[in-house]
Amino acid sequence: MFYRLFLSLTVVLAAAACSTTDQIHDHDQSHEHHQHSEAGIHAPDTGDLSALEELYWSRLQESRMNFTQADIDFMTDMIVHHAQALIISRLAPENNASQSVQTLAARIINAQDDEIALMQKWLRDRGQPVPIVHIHGLELHVEMEMPEESMAHGEHGHGHHQDEDRHHGHNMHHHDMSHHDDMPGMLTQEQIEHLASLNGRDFDRYFLKYMIEHHDGAVIMVRDLFSVDGAANDTEAFELASDIHAEQVTEINRMQQMLDAIEGL
Amino acid sequence: MYQSSTNPLSGVLRINLMLIAALIALMGCASSETVPSERSSEPSLTLIHELERPSPDPRVGLAAGLFNAEETIWNLRLLSTTPSPEDFIGSWNTDLAFKDNYAFQGSYNGFVVWDISNPANPEVVVDFLCPASQSDVSVYGDLLFVSGEGLEGRLDCGTQGVDSVVSEERLRGIRIFDISDIRNPEYIHNVQTCRGSHTHSVLVDPNDDENVYVYVSGSAPVRPEDELPGCVSDFPDEDPESALFRIEVIKVPLANPELAEIVSSPRIFEGLDAPPRHGLAPEEQAVIDRAIEQGRFVANYGGTPRIVNDGLVRRFLAQIVQERDGSGEPTQADSTALREKLDYMYTDFMEERLAARGRGLNVGPNQCHDITLYPEVGLAGGACEGYGLLLDISDPAHPVRIDAVADSNFAYWHSATFNNDGTTVLFTDEWGGGTQPKCRETDPYEWGANAIYTIEDGKMVFQSYFKMDAPQTSTENCVAHNGSMLPIPGRDIMVQSWYQGGINVFDFTDPANPVEIAYHDRGPISDDRLEVGGSWSIYWYNGVLVNSEIARGLDIFELLPSEFVTQNEIDAMNTVRMDYFNPQGQPMFHWPASFALARAYLDQLERNRDMDMRAINTIRRGLIDAEGSSGSSRESLLLQLAGELENHAASTNNADKVMRITGVLKDLAEG
Repeated sequence: MFYRLFLSLTVVLAAAACSTTDQIHDHDQSHEHHQHSEAGIHAPDTGDLSALEELYWSRLQESRMNFTQADIDFMTDMIVHHAQALIISRLAPENNASQSVQTLAARIINAQDDEIALMQKWLRDRGQPVPIVHIHGLELHVEMEMPEESMAHGEHGHGHHQDEDRHHGHNMHHHDMSHHDDMPGMLTQEQIEHLASLNGRDFDRYFLKYMIEHHDGAVIMVRDLFSVDGAANDTEAFELASDIHAEQVTEINRMQQMLDAIEGL
Repeated sequence: MYQSSTNPLSGVLRINLMLIAALIALMGCASSETVPSERSSEPSLTLIHELERPSPDPRVGLAAGLFNAEETIWNLRLLSTTPSPEDFIGSWNTDLAFKDNYAFQGSYNGFVVWDISNPANPEVVVDFLCPASQSDVSVYGDLLFVSGEGLEGRLDCGTQGVDSVVSEERLRGIRIFDISDIRNPEYIHNVQTCRGSHTHSVLVDPNDDENVYVYVSGSAPVRPEDELPGCVSDFPDEDPESALFRIEVIKVPLANPELAEIVSSPRIFEGLDAPPRHGLAPEEQAVIDRAIEQGRFVANYGGTPRIVNDGLVRRFLAQIVQERDGSGEPTQADSTALREKLDYMYTDFMEERLAARGRGLNVGPNQCHDITLYPEVGLAGGACEGYGLLLDISDPAHPVRIDAVADSNFAYWHSATFNNDGTTVLFTDEWGGGTQPKCRETDPYEWGANAIYTIEDGKMVFQSYFKMDAPQTSTENCVAHNGSMLPIPGRDIMVQSWYQGGINVFDFTDPANPVEIAYHDRGPISDDRLEVGGSWSIYWYNGVLVNSEIARGLDIFELLPSEFVTQNEIDAMNTVRMDYFNPQGQPMFHWPASFALARAYLDQLERNRDMDMRAINTIRRGLIDAEGSSGSSRESLLLQLAGELENHAASTNNADKVMRITGVLKDLAEG
């Protein structure tokens, strides 16, 4: 600690020297900041900060009370919709997809994996049943994690929640997959198996065709959400839905170009 | 996390080194006649590509907290951190704009005006509650423009939201405030738009002092026609009034801002079907090269080579045979004819094919996230979904697309920044929309990064990716976001936000080899779950770096001199003053002649080994003498130095920079 203070003084000395010579980089300068804060010209004191922090967490809780059934349905359905995109995308490396399709598939997996986690968090934060997806090869199984009584709100003063513990203490319900067949853009199991049987260029072509269809479906789901009174007013839901919309419209476009290239256009 | 303290010995060594460095610096500064001899032959500044950054990276493993997160900082000083006013706590702070000594900070709850005259103690002047996402802000004269995109924005600024899909109370578009009395902003007008306004850019036309133009970008779905007549979400080939393929340009008469209205909706995307230009990976290029070698037909389609498949070649040849009223197999002459006409035939075929397509196919990007206007070079950079667009804005009401690039890593372009000369443009890929953790160890460097292009004859040429590379946790939303150029003369240096990845400063003077030169980072808001936070925007404004922290308020930093940037360069930077600044309307920096400016350029000649050290030191001594004298003797000393430098110009590696110094010296002599 002593020498760190000394270091700061040295820095000031060197800085004052209008030097063109080396200045040792010093990431300890955050230390200086703390001194600033302690000087407390403007920064609220620690008491104020902890009051503000309390306000912050309670406002976050409050902001999560403003949602509609349409928002819940959107999240619940989109988790399963995304899960199917993961199944399709995971085929790319083993089915010898071209480099660009593999890159695209990897990006879809990364994006939709994170979005699934985000949508699960959205539902859990609002005390709603959460679809937990299990992928076994080409098969998708969905279990519903039921909310605990205490889950709803309140005890999570800081909204802290261990994702790793998501299964603990929840009732799991097996979910009937046939319910999701009416979602736009969902592929049939036959289509998925067909895709899985293809290789290389043939795989690329059908991957792109199917994924464009699948993405089109997601875009329609977002537009449907926006056409319901009061839906997507919740900031997190609005951001999520808008981001999915923007991202998938972008990808549809790129996939169409890739398809053109494959088809010799 | 103070990792250096785990090795006290290296700390002590560093202190000693620093004392020596400081002493040398003091000597160099205090002495008016001599330059220390060890400096006379050997440069003491190192090429920035050869310098090392702190290792291990102290940004890894910082402890979590909202207002008490652990922090680390390198080559910057944090002057203040001020939490948002109470009404804005728990909402998201967004973009910034600047005027005089004020910073305007948008928020999902409205906007806050800060007086930043004293950067160590910024004060809230106004906190204006008026919810709408994202509330991106711009200022011009006495006007403040605020974007509204979300569904909850109300014309009356109420906080209760709007609970029906079609409502007369909803605002999606641009709010205009009169800020002539800064303490009492007056809400004077709205311009409603079809997609709302995610962001916007104010264009000040150098040839029109009666109006400004606001380019509106929207990325949310189109609102119902019942709510705002004329909003149509069909595709343009179904309905020519479609709102999907346009940005909207609002003309604001400065004398009557309440008459602001949409004057044009240029369809800058139409017909855009450009394949990825730099998407040709080396192996793809090799395929093209091989095809050409083998004598295959390769068409130039919109600047990109496309191998024409055999079926199509047969079809084209048959067409040629038919055109010469021939029959049977095509001849060698037909084949030669096809080679000549291939580009044209192929393009024709493509256009026919595209025209035959219905909705959902080849629609091109239909929205821009952000458009950066650079009126002084007549260019704009449009970050439009999968495309980076280069627009000619010499006619402000009618921007014209001159080039487009797509990225082989499937970037979702978010914003653009030009270097000061307008020769390089940097696009950011806001992968995941900014609310997701895209800087984990497992996330590729090329994703969620910046892509840097040089502009050559109106075309963008890919140079490199750049991403904040300290791995962040999965509870930190992190991706490339907003930033601005620092006016360090002779170099392209930018400061940028990475959400909870913190902020950093990097040099992309060599666009193919960007180098990070400073940073600040905090631990996550929470260890347990991702709460959206971090830096939304950080911009340089009149000597300080102002950071809009989504959850934590407003930070103000200053850049410290280091091995990467000298005090002279910082002093020269700080001679630049702006009366106002909207980051989406990029100003060109102009440096007044100063001794610091001449010294900054000299430092760069030394750093880059562009000039003999003895010559550099002679000029430095001369500058000290000139600065210490006055009147006609200063003038003659300066002109004499300029003359000496001119003699050196031919023998240096950077005659252009040497001539810039002579220009500065002559200006100083005159001044």
